[in-house]
Amino acid sequence: MTNSAPLSGYLRADGRKGIRNTILVAYLVECAHFVASKIVAGFDGEDVQLIGFPGCYPNEYAAQMMEKLCTHPNVGGVLFVSLGCESFDKVRVSDAVSASGRPVKTLVIQKAGGTAGTVDLGRTWVRDVMAEVMAVERVPMAMDELIIGTICGGSDGTSGISGNPAAGKAFDLLVAQGAACIFEETGELIGCEDIMAERAVTPELGQLLRESVHKAERYYATLGYGSFAAGNAAGGLSTIEEKSLGAYVKSGDSQISGILKPGDVPPTGGLYLMDVVPDGDVRFGFPNISDNAEIVEMIASGAHVTLFVTGRGSVVGSAISPVIKICANPDTYRALAGDMDVNAGAIIEGLKTIDDIGQEIHDLVVSVSNGAQSKSEALGHREFILTYKTFEPAGPACLPAAG
Amino acid sequence: MIGPFLLLHEKDTILVARATVAQGTKIDLEQGPVDLPQAIPLAHKIARHDILSGTKILKYGMPIGIATADIPAGAHVHVHNMRSAYTPTHMLQDADGVSSGVSK
Repeated sequence: MTNSAPLSGYLRADGRKGIRNTILVAYLVECAHFVASKIVAGFDGEDVQLIGFPGCYPNEYAAQMMEKLCTHPNVGGVLFVSLGCESFDKVRVSDAVSASGRPVKTLVIQKAGGTAGTVDLGRTWVRDVMAEVMAVERVPMAMDELIIGTICGGSDGTSGISGNPAAGKAFDLLVAQGAACIFEETGELIGCEDIMAERAVTPELGQLLRESVHKAERYYATLGYGSFAAGNAAGGLSTIEEKSLGAYVKSGDSQISGILKPGDVPPTGGLYLMDVVPDGDVRFGFPNISDNAEIVEMIASGAHVTLFVTGRGSVVGSAISPVIKICANPDTYRALAGDMDVNAGAIIEGLKTIDDIGQEIHDLVVSVSNGAQSKSEALGHREFILTYKTFEPAGPACLPAAG
Repeated sequence: MIGPFLLLHEKDTILVARATVAQGTKIDLEQGPVDLPQAIPLAHKIARHDILSGTKILKYGMPIGIATADIPAGAHVHVHNMRSAYTPTHMLQDADGVSSGVSK
């Protein structure tokens, strides 16, 4: 165990520790979304959160993601809301949550008295288990038990100069303390594959890093668009490779220890690339239709906190794990200060260094892990999205430390 | 640093604006002073020196695309005069970084 900064966490039966103790209400098809949201609406100001999967057709990726999310260490209990005729395997997911030692209940709207009856039963169940969930033991937690993700969204020409290098510096500090840090996404590393491969802990992993980016390149070429939104261009980014080079630096300078697919939990501390682009033929559309899809995938891999670097100015948070918002653009910071945790734009204005802001981000990770609310969390942001994808399991060369 | 512009890497062919820079601002480039022909928004790019059509544009010392026109030193370098070597860039009416991208 390395540097054990004094965190405290909620101890779960599998030995993992959470920094939050959330009750999830999860709808298993869009047809149950409204009823689930009505149940959550009965708990304003309490830590009861809505997640769900909209599709009526089965998908192994979505089934696995839902299991991982509902057994995330930040989660204390789960209520599933089913319409009744959708294809999602509610017995399998409920059994997985039950086996993890958490209270779980499934309500089927068609058998529970429709909208009003299900809302009543759901609110009663959540109220009844709250005391049990709150009684979970809090124990000391070391920095090497933390998993931190990073993404950038609403990027502009400042992201690669201030916010992303500062997030990379924070990652270097966290990795040195034994934490597991996850960066993504391969569609925004196009043009960086060779410099990234040189940082792999083994030559085989380096080759797999290259291949993951080439897969993303083929996937996006088929779709006809890069991972590039119109606002990126307005913010001064001219091409996907310019955006990629700016995004790449948020990985910092540490060696790369492995490649994760969404839902794979890092086996040790260190720096990991998450491969978010589906395997096989292009199916189901864009790999990540908006920033929250990537945030959810890192949470499924155990992320306790996500660092979100923005230039244009995203305001999102997330269900399950808090989001720390790092604003790269000083003008955006002034316009949206109420949504931003860190003003990395001060680097561009010459008021702070990349090291200063990197340390500030690191310290904020520690305080948020100890219960302080991030800005988006305090504002009540709990965005969530889960859609269809297909993945093959990661091979052993992706995670040399696990072997 | 070159006035209000940043040189991110010695090999770069572009400079990045540290703040929005007004049209007509005099910038001392290596091949001589230029008056900015147009306002450059924060984090947008200008040509560090004359760039020939078809050549690579370098930022962070790395290629970020290919010039689609001859670009004189000091001119805005963006989606109107460069392209990706990978996938086309999607843009809307606000790509110049000045207009707000909503109908009047």
